[in-house]
Amino acid sequence: MGSGVVAVERAARATTMPVIQVEGLTTGYRRGEPVLRNVRFAVERGALVGVLGPNGSGKSTLFRALLGLLPPWEGRVLVEGQPARPNPDIAYIPQRETIDWDFPVTVFDVALMGRYPRLGLFRRPGKADRELALWALEQVGLVDQRDRLIAELSGGQRQRVFLARALAQEPELFLLDEPVSGVDAPTQHFVFELLERLCRQGKTALVATHDLSCVAQRFDRVLLLNREVIAYGPPQEVFTEALLHRTFQSHLLLLRYGDRVIVVEGEDGDERSC
Amino acid sequence: MGMNGAVELLIEPLRYGFLLRALVAAVLVGAICAMVGSYVVLKGLAFIGDALAHVAFTGIVVAFLAGFSFYIGALAAAIAAGLGIGWVTRRVGLSTDTAIGIVFSGVFALGVVLMAIGIRTYTVDLFSYVFGDILAVRARDLWAIALAGLLVVGTIVALYKELLFAHFDPVVAEAAGLPVGALQLLLLLLLSVTVVVSVQAVGVVLVLAMLVTPAATAALVARRLPAMMILAVLFGALAALVGFYLSYYASVPSGGAIVLVATVLFVLVAALVRGRGAWRRLMAAYR
Repeated sequence: MGSGVVAVERAARATTMPVIQVEGLTTGYRRGEPVLRNVRFAVERGALVGVLGPNGSGKSTLFRALLGLLPPWEGRVLVEGQPARPNPDIAYIPQRETIDWDFPVTVFDVALMGRYPRLGLFRRPGKADRELALWALEQVGLVDQRDRLIAELSGGQRQRVFLARALAQEPELFLLDEPVSGVDAPTQHFVFELLERLCRQGKTALVATHDLSCVAQRFDRVLLLNREVIAYGPPQEVFTEALLHRTFQSHLLLLRYGDRVIVVEGEDGDERSC
Repeated sequence: MGMNGAVELLIEPLRYGFLLRALVAAVLVGAICAMVGSYVVLKGLAFIGDALAHVAFTGIVVAFLAGFSFYIGALAAAIAAGLGIGWVTRRVGLSTDTAIGIVFSGVFALGVVLMAIGIRTYTVDLFSYVFGDILAVRARDLWAIALAGLLVVGTIVALYKELLFAHFDPVVAEAAGLPVGALQLLLLLLLSVTVVVSVQAVGVVLVLAMLVTPAATAALVARRLPAMMILAVLFGALAALVGFYLSYYASVPSGGAIVLVATVLFVLVAALVRGRGAWRRLMAAYR
């Protein structure tokens, strides 16, 4: 079969099928204690989707299910029409606590890792891969820092390194888990400008966050999640006081959306300007 | 005594075949341990390496008592232990130190008891495996060491990018479709093979030092992983070389001499780079 046929099939699929279809997903880590219950939503190509919920609401669990790292107990998780499984077309940027920052790798080394899953066993990255890694570092403004160790980077730069690795992977779908928590405001804006640009180019991105004071207005779609789907839709429909109350319950939430400011009261949270 | 005298001192032991063999074996073991040791230091696998060495010892004793090859016994025991640890850590999570400690000191104790029985019954000395006796290396041991070295170095080089990604960022590597579980087991397998061929040269007690010290020394000065591995291999081989002569001329056990030199190297380099997290690096290997 020629590659032309494959390309046509892919194009046909691209126009008709959602990138992500989650149907009645129930899953978790321990038997009898589901983290997510009956989750149902679909994401169109090119959408920038916010997955919002308090800590422990199942955002990371949802991502693990989308990556095929956590099998559904009930329901289905389809990515590009196929049951979810680990593959290089999805770039995952998890929360960063798990990384050993003392590892002897440079900024360039990390960016180049994005190419590894594309290469197959034993094959070494070639010139084209190196150029892609450099291009990715340019996109995130770290090309001057390429020979520095990751241990020597600031918090914002660390976040950008992993964005660069994701870009070098040339994925169709980006899954970012709390990419803006603990980084400075310029980096937050930078991350979202990059994501908006990618989505305009037809990539799809899901961003999980519990802190939406700065980023609420950026999303095309918002999934309010707290163990189950509270609401899913465009931000202007979803950001109501009642729905946010149900999602965040006792957590403090200050949400700026257009000229509206919604305050949901609860325990203390971190206040900062955007 | 001039230049010729010094050269003569270096060459003299090598006139005897068994001493030349011992030197080559020591250098190879130093290099192989250091190569695997780079990952041992970075991933804090020192405790597991130590456990594997103790299990390998019991494997040796059992093999001897049962009358089959020392390598088969040690390899089977170490590989079973390595895969067992891999399975347990993936299943149970990280708090497995206590379990590993209990099970493997138990297995080692069994080895010691069996050894005592062996000494009484067969009047052989298995003690050389506890502290290592490089002079006891036979031609076929040298072949085994060389073969293990090829396997270990070849695998680490050929799967460089996979091993790096899987151990630096396992979550993302797995999400991108890399067989992270298999790669982690592979590393434990290479560690098992390394420990088994090293036991004769440096002994059960000191294998750990050869895994950790040269690699930790390299970590003090190297910025990137390839440089760290190359330097670790050089430090490991140098320690073996100098330790060998020290052992020969001072008539002290080879394992002790080699590890002592490796330790002095570490202290020297640590002093030269003025700390720079030297101890933190070394201690991190034991986390």
